[in-house]
Order: sequence, then structure tokens, then C-alpha cells
Amino acid sequence: MNDPITHSLSHLDLNTKDETFLDSNELIINMGPQHPATHGVLRVILKLDGEKVLGTECVIGYLHRGVEKIAEHRTYTMFNPYVDRMDYVAAVSNGLGYCQAVETLMNVEAPPRAKYIRVILTELNRLASHQLWLGTHALDIGAITPLFYTFRDREEILKIFEKYCGARLTTHAFRIGGCLYETYDGFEREVKKFLTFVAPKIDEYEELLTTNRIWVERTRGVGYISAEDCIALGVTGPVLRASGVRWDLRKAQPYAAYSDFDFDIPIGENGDTYDRYLVRMAEMRQSLRIIQQAVDGIPEGPIMAKIPKVIKPPVGEIYHSIEAPKGELGYFIVSDGSTQPYRLRVRPPSFINLQALDQMVKGQMIADVVAVIGTLDIVLGEVDR
Amino acid sequence: MLEYIKSYLGSNLTPGSAGNMLWAFVYIALIFLGLSVAVIAMNWLERKILAHMQVRLGPMRVGPHGLLQPVADALKLLLKEDIMPAEADKLVFWLAPLIVVLAAFAVFTVVPFGPTHAVTDMNIGILFMLGVSSLGVLGIVMAGWASNSHYPLIGALRSSAQMVSYEVAMGLAVVSAVLMTSMNAQGTGTLSMIGIVQAQQQQGVWFIFKFFPLGFMAMGIFAIAMVAETNRAPFDLPEAESELTAGFHTEYSGFRWSLFFLAEYSAMIAVSSIAVTLWLGGWLRPFPNLLGGPLWDLVFSLAPGLSFLALGAMAAFNTFRMPRHSFFRVQTVGLALFAVLLAMIGVLMLAPGVRERVQDIFWFCFKVAVFMYLYIWYRGTFPRYRFDQLMRVGWKVLLPAGLGVLILTAIVGVLV
Amino acid sequence: MNPVATPFFFYLLSTLAILGGVMVIVRRNAVHSAIALIVTLLSVAGLYLMLYAPFVAGVQIIVYAGGIMVLFLFVIMLVNIDRSMKERAFNKQWWIAIAAAVALGALFVSVFVKSKGLFPERGLPLAEESNTQQIGLYLYGNYMFAFEIASLLLLVAIIGAVVMAKKRI
Repeated sequence: MNDPITHSLSHLDLNTKDETFLDSNELIINMGPQHPATHGVLRVILKLDGEKVLGTECVIGYLHRGVEKIAEHRTYTMFNPYVDRMDYVAAVSNGLGYCQAVETLMNVEAPPRAKYIRVILTELNRLASHQLWLGTHALDIGAITPLFYTFRDREEILKIFEKYCGARLTTHAFRIGGCLYETYDGFEREVKKFLTFVAPKIDEYEELLTTNRIWVERTRGVGYISAEDCIALGVTGPVLRASGVRWDLRKAQPYAAYSDFDFDIPIGENGDTYDRYLVRMAEMRQSLRIIQQAVDGIPEGPIMAKIPKVIKPPVGEIYHSIEAPKGELGYFIVSDGSTQPYRLRVRPPSFINLQALDQMVKGQMIADVVAVIGTLDIVLGEVDR
Repeated sequence: MLEYIKSYLGSNLTPGSAGNMLWAFVYIALIFLGLSVAVIAMNWLERKILAHMQVRLGPMRVGPHGLLQPVADALKLLLKEDIMPAEADKLVFWLAPLIVVLAAFAVFTVVPFGPTHAVTDMNIGILFMLGVSSLGVLGIVMAGWASNSHYPLIGALRSSAQMVSYEVAMGLAVVSAVLMTSMNAQGTGTLSMIGIVQAQQQQGVWFIFKFFPLGFMAMGIFAIAMVAETNRAPFDLPEAESELTAGFHTEYSGFRWSLFFLAEYSAMIAVSSIAVTLWLGGWLRPFPNLLGGPLWDLVFSLAPGLSFLALGAMAAFNTFRMPRHSFFRVQTVGLALFAVLLAMIGVLMLAPGVRERVQDIFWFCFKVAVFMYLYIWYRGTFPRYRFDQLMRVGWKVLLPAGLGVLILTAIVGVLV
Repeated sequence: MNPVATPFFFYLLSTLAILGGVMVIVRRNAVHSAIALIVTLLSVAGLYLMLYAPFVAGVQIIVYAGGIMVLFLFVIMLVNIDRSMKERAFNKQWWIAIAAAVALGALFVSVFVKSKGLFPERGLPLAEESNTQQIGLYLYGNYMFAFEIASLLLLVAIIGAVVMAKKRI
């Protein structure tokens, strides 16, 4: 027990010895870092009483690359691609948050057309992220078919990304001050085609799961978290909204062109896994609404603001956050007036949402741990950075 | 020699009942072979059907349409390094897969593929099947414990609790079917697998339709319990890959693992054949009352040959659809040969003399195949139950329902 | 059909049963003991079959080998085997045990010798009806009351087990 990692797990009482001959109730098992359900390299130490979970401890850092430190040695422009590697299933959102943070620090604003393109791509990316979440979450709970359906449809989004900027996953779609690329010919038409294609597909996912008895039994009442606890832990995104808090940065502090669009913030009531599922499904539909409006109303004009060749923001600090698919994604940048950030700090939604895991699974069963990890929708690249 | 075979073919007893050891061994060898082929076919079919349910193609590379994929996999498993964990209990670790396979294969001694097509006819046939198939869980528990690892242990614990619980409901459903066999003039029931099918023949009704909906409900209970009994989705908790990596066989690899695989699929076939025997009239052809008479008998006796011909035609059709490219030449030829093989089997089965004897086996296997398809369908559709929910379904739903069906069957049987 | 190689199977099964029984007490590892017990139970089931009692044999397999032994293993697996291996076996009273075993053996032998005339030499004629039916008739006919009492006892045991195991109901 001299392992520094396990040694620190004081609340799990790993050091107590088996006192009695028949003391067999408590079992400590190690889930991950290589485990099919931990979505990457998350290690969860579970203390079990039979099937019941007495406590958990997350061990993270297996994917730590020191993104924040790297930022201090890169210029603002050079650092832009790095943010894509944090939440790699929602790279566009990461880029948007970073670009907007630097823009606010520099006091420039992207032109309207760029803002619309940003909204379209970010919402497409939200859809893709939610689709990936749905597939893997369902797979964790044992339904293997939705995964293939969602991946089939996510592919169409990735094709649009590929056509727009050449990359599918780590897109690096935006630049500080706007967008680098003009939309390709037929972009609007293809996005519209995609919208009519994907709307019935979302119904198809729901058909498989929403009223499926086993699915409802596996998710309803599982991983409950109250609105107060969510706020106390700083949990954001669909998890917070499923607990009944109407908090969405797209409405609360509109950025890009979100104030132009008409959309709802779906919220849940019970704060359990089923509500989080419903909220995310509703969010997919809202994303479609936003994209539809954005494509219909996309203005003409430049896509890049007037920014200097060498980006040197004035001395100062800025915290700017956006509503990423997983919650509030914030960038805190301290500038010393040079070409490189003095300090850059990321507030990743996955990392903070993961804090709720212990509270959500305590007293539940092993199978629920898997369901809750799925419903938190964490990406380890973002947790470890 | 020929006389000997002819005298056997004329007999109306199973080799075991006739005391003919030689034919019994021939039957055992045939069933062993057939079962292995069935498991291999099932492996391919499951991947293909599941793949098509999930908008993908499944195996396509090894052989035409991936037909040789199971062979390649079996070869890979045989050649794999045999790993035994250092801290494992060597003896038990070695013994566990053997027990699982033995239990899964031994039950086929009493499975009636036809009135004489069984190794033997025991007068406690159904008890034997339930008993021996329940021994399989011992192997699973031993495997989980001997691995000396946490995930297999939890898998084994789940498995033992699950199988013991579902056996109760299963037994009750079986008893209500056995009760139905006694609804004849003499009032004598039977536990013999062949006797149960013959009772359905005499009473002129498959037990699924008897005392509707009682027979149907009993079969429903059995059909749910048998999925749990074989650890398949949605009751695959002992090997739930998203929770326990691979459950009780996490530490197994290579040939030992393939034994578990073999046992799982033969257990699926075994419980399906219990269901077919008890409720779906075993080897009897469908619609005996609706479409009776010698003409329909002839039509139905042509079914085995025709269905093989249809499969052959399907393979031939796909041969012409193969890409015209030299890369695919071997595969195209292979598929064509496969089509020819299927067609030849079909023609053989159409021959008079053969078709009468083959049709029993065909109908039995056809009905079992329907259950196999259901297994795959469940897997493609359902999420996995949680452990407490599984127990609740077993004890609070299936057990009372089974008891109710049993009591109602007895009451209705006395009244009618 | 005539039985084949009866003495061979009798001695084989008896030897297996006795060997299994010895292994149950000799092995220190509780799981090995349980496996040996399964061997014994299965051999006894085989012996029942040789006595033309197929129903009892089937029930022996289902109930003992399939049901009860799984529960045994279930409990034993949860025990810390490494620890139990180090514990002293309960063999302090080995001389009393030997005395009891010898006395029991003597009793069996004396009963066997004295009752020579009581049992038929050739074995009873087989019943016309099947074994299963006979058991059913006796259980639900002549011994109905005893059967019901036994089931009531089992019910009491189940309730007792639940009350003892559950912390709060």
C-alpha cells in the first residue's frame, strides 16, 4: 500500500485488513485505465459490497499532455490547433472558445458571416458529439445497435467538416478574428440536405431506446444528482439542465451569433440518467433548429476581421466561456503583452462534471457506474488535458 | 452389412433403447459433428445477421461473404498461446471449460431429432436435460473462482445466482408442459422427450396452442428463462463486456476460451431444442390439422430439399453479383462450389426414401433455428438488465407467473 | 434392454463416490472439497440409475449437483481461501472421530450380516409403471401429510434465512 496513488485514497479505507474469516463483503476493484466502459484512460477504483458501490475514486492523468503549459511557449496562433486535442469529439467548440477568448482580449470582433459559419459548424459538432455520446452510452448499457446508427449519421457531419476544412476530427476550423476558409460551393445546400436527412434518424434512435422497458429501467432513478449539488460542484451542461436548472451560456451570455436565433433550452426534472438522455436528445433537435435558421439567414460579407499579422494582445486577463456540448468550456488567459500567453487555463466541462461521479454512484450498483460514466459524457483528453 | 443398415432403418426404436451400442456411437459421432458445424454456422450467421441489423456488412474478407471467417477464427484460437494466470488454481482452471463443454454436449443424448433420431430415449429425458444443463453453471463458477481475479469472480457470482434463480421458473414452465402430456385417456404423462412429442401428435395439438393462452404463457416463461440460463443478451450480465470486461472468462484465452464459446452456443441450441420439443411439436411438421392429408404431407416432405435448393440459388445469385475482378476469382469459384454443394444436398433430400426420413430432422432444426434467430434479434435490440432487475424479473415475475400457469393448467386439465 | 457391464459400473461409481468423499475431508482448499463433493453426488446419482430409480437420479443431479452445490460454491468463493488454508483444520478430536467412524462401520456390517434373510437375493421385480409415476402416487397419496409438513418446514427455513440475512426488511 505504498503506492502513492492508492495511498492517498483515505476515504476508501484501503488499508483496513480483513479481520474475520468470513469477511468477504468488501471488494476493491480497479476499473480501467484499460476498460471498455471508461471511455478512454480513466481509472476508477471501486469499493464494493457485493454488487453495491460503497465508494469510488477517480485516478486521472493518463492522457495528460500539459496543454496549458505548452500554451506558454506557443504564440496565440500556434496554440490554436492544440485546443482541438482536448475534447477531440467536439474540436470545433474548443476552437471557437479559444478564438473568441483571444478576440475578446484583443477587442476585435469576427464579422457576421464568420459568426454564422461558426454557429453552423459548432452546432453540427454538438450534434456529432451527442451522437457519439448516445452510441457509446447505449453500448455501455448493453444496447449495441444505436452505436452503429449514430456513427453512420455522424459520418455525414464529418464529411461536411472534411469538405470545409480538410480535417474530420481535429478540425482547426476557426482562426483568431474569424474563419480562414470561405464555405465551399454548395455548403448551404449540403447542410440543409443533412438536416432533412438526420431529423428522422434522431426519431429512429429514440424509437430504439426512449420507450424501451429495459432502457428506462436501467436509466430512470440512476445517478441522481440534485440541482443544488450540481451548482455546488460546478457541474454544467446537459447534466445541470437535466436537474432542472435552465442555464445555457448560449442564452445567458450570448456569443457568436446565438442572440439572432430562436431556440429552447430543454431541461429535465429528476436529474437522473434518463432525464439527461432526454435532455440531450432534445438538444440535438434544438441544434437542428439553430442550424436551419443559421443556414437560411447566413449573411454575405468578409469572414475575417482586421487583425495584425502578429497577434499581441494588450496586457490584461480574460475569462471567456462557451456552451460546449458537454458544458461550460472556459478559457482564462493572462497576457503580458507578448506574442505568447503568460498563463492559459482551461476550464474543461468533463473534468468538473467528473467530480460528480462519486456522489452519483454511491449506494448504487456496478452496472450503474458504467451508466453514470456514460451519462456524464466525459472525454478523457479534456479531463487530463 | 447393407442388410444390417436396412434392418436398422426399419426399426422404430432409438439406438439407445434398442441396446445397439454401435449405432448409438454412430449417432453420438453424428450429433457431435452436426453440433460443431451448427456452432460454426451460428457464429457466421450471428455476425452477419447482427451486422445487417446494424447497417454494416459483417465479415466479408475471408471467403465469399466471410463464409470462412469462423474457420479462420477457430484456427487462430487453436494456434494462440495458452495462458494460465500465475496465481490461478491450476487444476480448477483446467477443469472448468471441460465441465462446461461436457454439460453442454451431454444433453444432446436425449434430444429427439425424430421418432428414432436420438441417441437414446430416457424415461426421465426432460429431467436429464434440465439437470445436466444446470451442471454447466458449475464450470462457470469454477472458472470465475479459479482465475483468481476480481472481474471473473463477480461474473461467476452473478452467473451462479442468475442460473439458480431462473432454473426455478424454467422448471415450473416445463412441469406445466409435462402435465399436458397426461391429458389423454389413460391419464399417464411422460418425461421422455420422444414421448412428449408423441403426446402432442396424439392429442393433435402442439402444446403452445393447448389451453390457449396457458401453453403459450408457459412457453413464454421458458423462452425468457432460457435466455437467462444461457447468459445471452439481455441477460448477459456474467459476461457483460462494458462492466466486467468479459466476466467469468476474462482470464481465458485460446483454445480454453473457444471451449467456453462452443459450450455457450451448444447450450443455446440445447435449451432451444427443449422449447421446441415441449411446445412446438418437436419434429412434427407445421399445420398438421389445417393442411392435412397425403397431398400436403408430400408437399411438406419436399420442404427440406426445396429450402436447400433455395439456399443454393441464393448462393448462385450472389456468385453472379461478385465483382468481376481477378482479386475475387477464388472467392467467386468458392461461392459457386458452395452453391453447387447446397443444390446437391437439396436434390438428395428430394429423393423419395430420403425425404421421409430427413423431414423430421429438418423440421426440428428449422424450429430450433427460429429460436437461434430470436437470440440474435434480442442481442441486436435490447440493452442489458441490471443485476437487481434481473433477480426481480426472475423471482417476482417469472416465478409467480410460472406457478399460476402450472396451477391453471392443472385445474383446466381436470375440468376438461 | 439388458444392462451392460453392471458390476463394472457399480464398482466404478462406488469407488468414485468414496474417493470423492475422502477428498472432501482431506483437501484443505474448500473449493476443491466442494468439487470432490460434486463428484460424490454425481456418482451416487449413477448408482440410483443402476437401481432403476431414474427419477431419483435426475432429481439428485438437478437439486444437489446443480442447485445446492452451486450455492455452496457461491458461499465458499467469498471466503478468503488464502486465510482458511493457514487456519488449523478442525482435527483436534480426531480420536473421537475415528471411534465414531469405526462404530458406524461396525453397525453397518452387523446390519448387513444379520439381515441376510430379510432382503431378497435377486432384487425386487421391476414395477410395471414408470418410477416417476410411482413416486408421484406415493408422495401425493400415502405420504401426503409428511410431504406437506416437509414443505412447511422448508418454508419456515426460508423465512428464517431471510430474517437473519436481511439487515432491515
